[in-house]
Amino acid sequence: MVGPGPGPGGGAPLENANPLIYRRSGERPVTAREEDDELPDTIDDREIFDLIRSINDPEHPLTLEELNVVEQVRVKVNDAESTVAVEFTPTIPHCSMATLIGLSIKVKLLRSLPERFKLDVHITPGTHASEHAVNKQLADKERVAAALENSHLLEVVNQCLSARS
Amino acid sequence: MAPSVLSKVLAPSQPFPLWCQDPSWHPSPVLCPTDGLGASLVHSLYLLSSGVKDGSWTVLQLVEALGSCLESTDPRTRGRGIQLLSQVLLQCYSLLQEKEVLHLVLFYENRLQDHHLVIPSVLQGLRALSMCEVLSSGLSVSVLKAIFQEVHVQSLLQLDRHTVYSIITNFMSTREEELKGLGADFTFGFIQVMDGEKDPRNLLVAFQIVRDLIAKNYALGPFVEELFEVTSCYFPIDFTPPPNDPHGIQREDLILSLRAVLTSTPQFAEFLLPLLIEKMDSDLQSAKLDSLQTLTACCAIYGQKELQEFLPSLWSSLRREVFQTASEKVEAECLAALHALSACLSRSVLSSDTEDLLDSFLSSILQDCRHHLCEPDMKLVWPSAKLLQAVAGASLRAYHHVTRSVLPLLLEQYSKHSQSSQRRTILEMLLGFLELQQKWGHVEEDESTLLSLRAPVCSVVFSALTDPSVQLQLVGIRALTVLGSLQGFLSPSDLELVVDHLIHLALREEDSQSSEAAMEAAGSLAPVYPKVFSGRMVPRLEEELQSEREQESSRDHCSLRQRCLQALAAVSTHTSIVRETVPVLLQHLWKVHKGSEAGNAQDIVSVCQSLHRVALQCQQDAEGCWYYHQTVVPCLLAMAVQAAMQESTHSLLGKALLEEEVLAAMVPVISAATTHLSPELAAQSVSHVVPLFLDGEVSFLPQNSFPCSFQPFEDGECLEAQRRLVALLMALVCSLPRNVAIPQQERLLRELLALSCSCDCPFTATTAAKCFAGLVNKHPAGQQLDEILQLAVNRMEPSLAEGPRRTQALTLLLWVTKALVLRYHPLSSHLTDKLLGLLGDAELGPAVADGFSLLMAKSPDVLHKGCHADVRIMFRQRFFTDNVPKLVQGFYKADPDVKANYLKGLSHVLNHLPKPVLVTELPTLLSLLLEALSCSDHVVQLSTLSCLQPLLLEAPQIMSLHIDTLVTKFLSLTSSPTMAVRIAALRCAHALTSLPTTVLLPYKARVIRALAKPLDDKKRLVRKEAVAARGEWFLLGSPGR
Repeated sequence: MVGPGPGPGGGAPLENANPLIYRRSGERPVTAREEDDELPDTIDDREIFDLIRSINDPEHPLTLEELNVVEQVRVKVNDAESTVAVEFTPTIPHCSMATLIGLSIKVKLLRSLPERFKLDVHITPGTHASEHAVNKQLADKERVAAALENSHLLEVVNQCLSARS
Repeated sequence: MAPSVLSKVLAPSQPFPLWCQDPSWHPSPVLCPTDGLGASLVHSLYLLSSGVKDGSWTVLQLVEALGSCLESTDPRTRGRGIQLLSQVLLQCYSLLQEKEVLHLVLFYENRLQDHHLVIPSVLQGLRALSMCEVLSSGLSVSVLKAIFQEVHVQSLLQLDRHTVYSIITNFMSTREEELKGLGADFTFGFIQVMDGEKDPRNLLVAFQIVRDLIAKNYALGPFVEELFEVTSCYFPIDFTPPPNDPHGIQREDLILSLRAVLTSTPQFAEFLLPLLIEKMDSDLQSAKLDSLQTLTACCAIYGQKELQEFLPSLWSSLRREVFQTASEKVEAECLAALHALSACLSRSVLSSDTEDLLDSFLSSILQDCRHHLCEPDMKLVWPSAKLLQAVAGASLRAYHHVTRSVLPLLLEQYSKHSQSSQRRTILEMLLGFLELQQKWGHVEEDESTLLSLRAPVCSVVFSALTDPSVQLQLVGIRALTVLGSLQGFLSPSDLELVVDHLIHLALREEDSQSSEAAMEAAGSLAPVYPKVFSGRMVPRLEEELQSEREQESSRDHCSLRQRCLQALAAVSTHTSIVRETVPVLLQHLWKVHKGSEAGNAQDIVSVCQSLHRVALQCQQDAEGCWYYHQTVVPCLLAMAVQAAMQESTHSLLGKALLEEEVLAAMVPVISAATTHLSPELAAQSVSHVVPLFLDGEVSFLPQNSFPCSFQPFEDGECLEAQRRLVALLMALVCSLPRNVAIPQQERLLRELLALSCSCDCPFTATTAAKCFAGLVNKHPAGQQLDEILQLAVNRMEPSLAEGPRRTQALTLLLWVTKALVLRYHPLSSHLTDKLLGLLGDAELGPAVADGFSLLMAKSPDVLHKGCHADVRIMFRQRFFTDNVPKLVQGFYKADPDVKANYLKGLSHVLNHLPKPVLVTELPTLLSLLLEALSCSDHVVQLSTLSCLQPLLLEAPQIMSLHIDTLVTKFLSLTSSPTMAVRIAALRCAHALTSLPTTVLLPYKARVIRALAKPLDDKKRLVRKEAVAARGEWFLLGSPGR
């Protein structure tokens, strides 16, 4: 018999081969208000969620939304005070990809939000073995910047952020 | 003559001539005459061969004359002699005598042992002889034997190898029996010939020979495996044609050709299947796809015997790919291959002592997939369902086997899981299996699992319909449609329940998606069960429509009425139902019309929309169409005429029926009821309607006692209301088939012309102009048409020059121009020039510029294909070629304050041009478009941006030249005050990323910085585009893009 072939994440077998998957929320319907040239639209939770829900998982050909790694209820934004807080939930408590997923979310938000926003990306409390360490890394601006200097890491992050072909 | 020519050709001092006279093969320049001498040799050859052809001397004489040369000890001289002989033979082989051929063959066979320099010419000669019809029997075999024995083909040049293949092909097509006499030796000889072939041109020929060997039943003997090896070593094909390849051989040609060889015989199965299993595991997606497609292809000829041994490995490979792949293409090919396997096993005829492999194959698939179906949240649930559906779809037998196990399981899972999302997944899978049942048509009484599960299936589907989740409802409605389309599946009581559910969903369900889906379902089931729907659904809808519910708020009531109207239209998909619903709709229309409420215009419009939908649905059915026309058109006309009369007597303002919006809604109803009429019936109808408008002939209208006369074309203050009804006249006469004669057409045209020029009401004037244009477009060419057009021009020109009715004249000019441009009428260029001139007019210019969009766009009510207008397919391109140079010229000459008009006109023309045409015309226009980006008019900006966006994607090379301007302009437009312009500019900035990266990199930092600002735009839609564009610019030149 033939063994498992190379998965999308490289030669190693997947950590979680048959994960739970969740339905994608549809495109946000465009309201008449949004089409009105005059009225301003504030940046809300759904808008932030729309930015991160289509990020690809580094292992599966699925999005973070489909794996329930990000959920709209775990996104908090305050447009007036320019703050965004995002909690994400790794699929399994020992997921080795947690830092990478957090980094992808952080980079996506850095690229997509106005500079005035202060970003906070962290693991949903109690869902990962090394939660604290990962959160610390993600909160450290210099370490994030250094990670993005690493061309291998940048490549993986960019792959997660590329529109799926 | 001959000796002198020969001595010239064969003089040893001359360089060795090489040429190729065979027009079918001209591969490389070396073989063509390269200097003046070459040309003279070709000429000599021509003289020699024409000498042979006209019989002035024989081949024998030629050979004798060549004698000394052919016997020379210098191989080069011998070569030249043989070459000349071969070239002559290639031209004259059809004239040779049997005896001559015999001697020549013996000579050439003998020469095969000669020096290697001579061999190419010898092969050419043999190729010529292989085409001789008079070749005696036995010679072909001896030639081939000689070649197999004496020539090491793979050490020859490509062209010479090709010659060998040609000789074999020639013999195979004419001497099949003799070759078969060679037995397996022929096959073996050929295997040696092609072993190691590398050239794609030769491979295509060689593959064809192998296909013929197999297809024509040549003996393969013990060489099956060798023959397979010598071809399968190219699998999977890895070939990229070199750039500027003159031979035009594509990868795909080789793939298909090799696939045809590999799948040509079941004898290859034992070698091919392991190879395919191995290559399915390849890292290269192309190899995977090729293997899967080849597997699908060979299932067409294999049987149970060939597959038996490999089924377990094939299944595990296919399963692995479907479970793990990220590529939809691979998944689709895997499912196709599995389908083919299942079909192949289902088809095999069993002898009494063999077991049915289909059963064991399906059992193993069920065993591997079944349990995943019980986990509707997990990733593998859908791949498993798709695998099962692929095998089940292959044959009725497979379908029964799979559904016997799967349907009860799914039904059980549905009741076990209570969450709507899980139930939806399960029901969607169930739906997939139900749709497969549709493929086999009716439900068979004896064997069907589905029939035995009727009650639980129906109850699951009905429970989905009443679930609060809209998504689940939608799947339920789809399932219902499928169940209904299975003949004899639903019992009469189920059917009544189905109709009740549909009525409830259509009218009461809050979510509009479900309601619409229910109406669609009713529409598609109604033709299957017309009696049930007309007996149960239509009366219920009628009742709801008429009931006046006090307790409900008026808004609810209003939306309920809307739903009823929509549902009545949706269900009218069968003639017998149309006869029930149309009277209901018309009756409702009368009621609304009589009603005193002021705001009932919207209600009338809704009824008209429903009537329009019914009209579209019964267009294809001649009888239904005529019924509809006869019933609806007079009724609408009568109501409108009556309303117009009341107005003129009582001067009551605000009659809803005469509002522009309402008349505009009636136009498509009448038009759709007319376009598909047969010419006779259409003529009958128009013979009533035209006299109504011209002479007030009201007798054909129902309830035709009116207080005064109907004379819309008469002068008079109080007739304004009547004139508006020209819209209804237009709807009818402009939708007639072209061969229907319109009574009193000339008089009608004159009246319309007068009305369009003199009327002060813009609606009436425009409608009259459209009606005039619609008739002119279909008017047969000739003197009458010229006269009426001349009349129109004479009326328009003075009004256009000055006076109070310039706008009306312009409207008429635009519509007449459109009518003539569409049919390529010669006068159209005169009228277009007139319009171009008016672009510079300070007062009318902007309106003319907008008019260009009217000229190019498809008009919704008149002058389009659907209403039988004379529309030439290339009219837009023609208009573009004729007028864009003038527009550009006009732009450069115009005063600064009217320049924008020219740009606007140009953008309208470009916007409607097919994109491929636009791309080719781009270089001449690009500078103007770039200038248009600086224009302050936001309509111009918007249309220019929407022109440039596809060009960035399709013509990146040309656009790259202007990168600096493009970046600057796009970025500055991202802060335009108009939202639509900001969005379009950001889309263009996004599209820029498809230009070559090296061109873009110098701008990357600047663009990323500039796009930070629209990220904080006040409009969400703008921010969305900014995010997309900026994200893409970040990825430029970065690893992992």
